[in-house]
Amino acid sequence: MITIKVQTAPFDPGQLTNSVHAGNPAIGALVCFTGFVRDFNQQQTVTGLFLEHFPGMTEKSLRRIAEEATERWALQRIHVLHRVGQLGLAEPIVFVAAASRHREDAFQACAFIMDYLKTRAPFWKKEQTSTGNHWVEGKDSDLDAAHRWTQDQETP
Amino acid sequence: MITVLFFANYKEELQSERLQLDLQQDWQTLGDVRDHLARRGTPWTILEDARLMCALNEEMCSLDTRVKAGDEVVFFPMVTGG
Repeated sequence: MITIKVQTAPFDPGQLTNSVHAGNPAIGALVCFTGFVRDFNQQQTVTGLFLEHFPGMTEKSLRRIAEEATERWALQRIHVLHRVGQLGLAEPIVFVAAASRHREDAFQACAFIMDYLKTRAPFWKKEQTSTGNHWVEGKDSDLDAAHRWTQDQETP
Repeated sequence: MITVLFFANYKEELQSERLQLDLQQDWQTLGDVRDHLARRGTPWTILEDARLMCALNEEMCSLDTRVKAGDEVVFFPMVTGG
């Protein structure tokens, strides 16, 4: 079962974690990732963040990534929530949960979803800093992280 | 006719969010559309960004993807969500 949400409102990671597990005793492992607005990035003190997205394509991209995860691992549930709009310092940005019978599938699926989300879902961060606002540049390390899942598949 | 959308710093630097373009006979791919726009000169040369990404009808794709009348083409910088 896949749940995808894109919203402006803040969320409670603990509450979400409980909701993903609730009512499904087949879940033996639940791996959750929460990303937050941090105070320092690319040599700048960050005071806030604006997240732009492409509404027509965002949820579709996230769903496709989640579906690919279910094709690769045996999963009971996937929950992906990404915020957009204005975010304050230390607020949660993204929540990804992967639930499975055993831990390895949940660990792998959660990492896979985050790596693909960071390189294939149409979100763009604009940081507010002490010296002005600027768009965050994509990182090669994120591309490398996503690429490892392709390499795994190519390995005979 | 095709629709072209821009996001993030492309949208800001081009001061354009959405364009309608007549599909030219010699445009086969999204790369041809990109090249046509980049030939307008500054600031459109931003579309020559090595990290440019693109989508066709809300599906991420490559610049080699073929384009046809009625399509919605999107050009954007490398995504930075998460």
